[in-house]
Amino acid sequence: MMIDVQGLTKRFKDYVAVREISFTVGKGEVFGFLGPNGAGKSTTIKMLATLLRPSAGTARVNGYDIVREPAKVRRSIGMVFQDPSLDDRLTARENLEMHGMLYAVPKPVLKKRIEEMLELVGLANRQNELVRTFSGGMKRRLELARGLIHAPGLLFLDEPTLGLDPQTRTHLWEYISGIQESQNVTIFLTTHYMEEAEICHRIAIIDHGSLVALDTPENLKRMVGQDLVMIKCQDPVTAKRLLESEFNLTARSEGGVLIVDVPHGEEFVPKLAAGIPGIAAISVDRPTLEDVFLHLTGRAIRDETAGGIDHMRAMRRAKGRKS
Amino acid sequence: MAAFLMTVYVLWLRELKRFLREKTRILTMFGQPLLYLLVMGQGLRATFRIDIEGFDYLSFIYPGVIGMSVLFTAMFSSVSIIWDREFGFLKEVLVAPVPRSAIAVGKALGGSTTAVLQGTILLILAPVAGLHIHAAQIALLLPLMFLLAFAITSFGTLVAARTETMEGFHMIMNFLIMPLFMLSGAFFPVSSAPAWMQPLMKMDPVAYGVDAFRNVLYTGAGTAAKNFAVAFPLGLDVAVLLGFAALMVALGMLAFTRTE
Repeated sequence: MMIDVQGLTKRFKDYVAVREISFTVGKGEVFGFLGPNGAGKSTTIKMLATLLRPSAGTARVNGYDIVREPAKVRRSIGMVFQDPSLDDRLTARENLEMHGMLYAVPKPVLKKRIEEMLELVGLANRQNELVRTFSGGMKRRLELARGLIHAPGLLFLDEPTLGLDPQTRTHLWEYISGIQESQNVTIFLTTHYMEEAEICHRIAIIDHGSLVALDTPENLKRMVGQDLVMIKCQDPVTAKRLLESEFNLTARSEGGVLIVDVPHGEEFVPKLAAGIPGIAAISVDRPTLEDVFLHLTGRAIRDETAGGIDHMRAMRRAKGRKS
Repeated sequence: MAAFLMTVYVLWLRELKRFLREKTRILTMFGQPLLYLLVMGQGLRATFRIDIEGFDYLSFIYPGVIGMSVLFTAMFSSVSIIWDREFGFLKEVLVAPVPRSAIAVGKALGGSTTAVLQGTILLILAPVAGLHIHAAQIALLLPLMFLLAFAITSFGTLVAARTETMEGFHMIMNFLIMPLFMLSGAFFPVSSAPAWMQPLMKMDPVAYGVDAFRNVLYTGAGTAAKNFAVAFPLGLDVAVLLGFAALMVALGMLAFTRTE
């Protein structure tokens, strides 16, 4: 087991940021923490990474207690923060070298690791350039590489795609999937982009500091309802009758399109095409994680008003654009 | 212990690399003292007539300007912690398996090194101030500059460790750096200040740094100049700076060890 959290709580004065959460994450798993801004995702990561002390509860990372054995915990983890933490006046390579020195990676090993990781994130040919000349996506990739230099068993990604454009985001997830496969590392990530959580093996949904659900994406979506299969055909009346006799399904008709609820829409499509003649088009509408969140909390994922840190972040972005 | 020393080294190396790459920063940091020396020094020279042969107001403020340069560079380096901790490299150090107390030491050493480099550049202006310095004096000045810089960076690091916002940073600028600078005796001697101000000046660590520079720089200027400008014996200057530096770096180490 890579992470074992029992009743973890964090209070800031009167405000409870994380409320008695418990979960475990297995070795090699991609585990997602999904929730709106301010739900307690980053606070949880900070506690697990020994940057914040929990108010109550316990947690073990790689078998080490986060309060009593912080040095061992820190050695076991790699971290990609929500905000860039690179030194942008140093080169990509220098950033990786200093990381390796801090983690006491022996020189020859470090040299090899740096080459490998730069290759892995596609930055080998830019390694001697100053980080300040990098795009947002490149900086993120460099941070991924840096987080892996000391070969940690667990990689934390706190909102790894925040502030990136959609195309770069998709690209980054490809790198993340690649890393998970090639480095055999457990990944714990947070995001408030629902569609991005799909790559996780399991997802914990957190809202107002409490865990409201924890399951595979498939099972979570099943909580909301079944897949909708929409059928367009020449003879809706016959089709409707056949659906009832052959598949035991009651179809409803909306503007000439037949709609049925089935548990596994995609698997149902071939059977449907084989069993009913004269079908013009079939489409499947699956519940999304967005629907799951709405179902569980009665709200759509919302954006909180910006706090002090968000304000500083915005200032930094504005500054970055100018230079 | 190995992790502690390595962290200190990494932070120092980073500071030095950054400093050497930022040519514009070196230039602006050089330009400000030059302005003080040329404009203020030359401008006030006639008003502040000093009746000592071969010694004028420019010679008087020159050590003060070096002190100012060291003060500003050292403070600038340490307040960057506020930013660095939220959005920079320092976060990376905080999550690494290294003792956090090393941050205070590494930062102080890095900031001091850059401040000494900055101060050393100003030594080429000595002839402008009518002072002729030789190698032995420079050999004494360098460790003194380092000591002052180390004391100030450690102090700044301690303040920055407890400051969370950029508003706090501006507060530091207004309520710490400027008083430290003005009360340092850079522009007027402690002895000629009004009675209420003298105790304040004696509480300003920068005053002991500037005074130490004067002790060394005026060796060739005669006893009259020394009696006029120098406030304390060199031994006292060094002792106060050492004590202050040790206390600040110890408190800084403590401040970083704390976890919320």
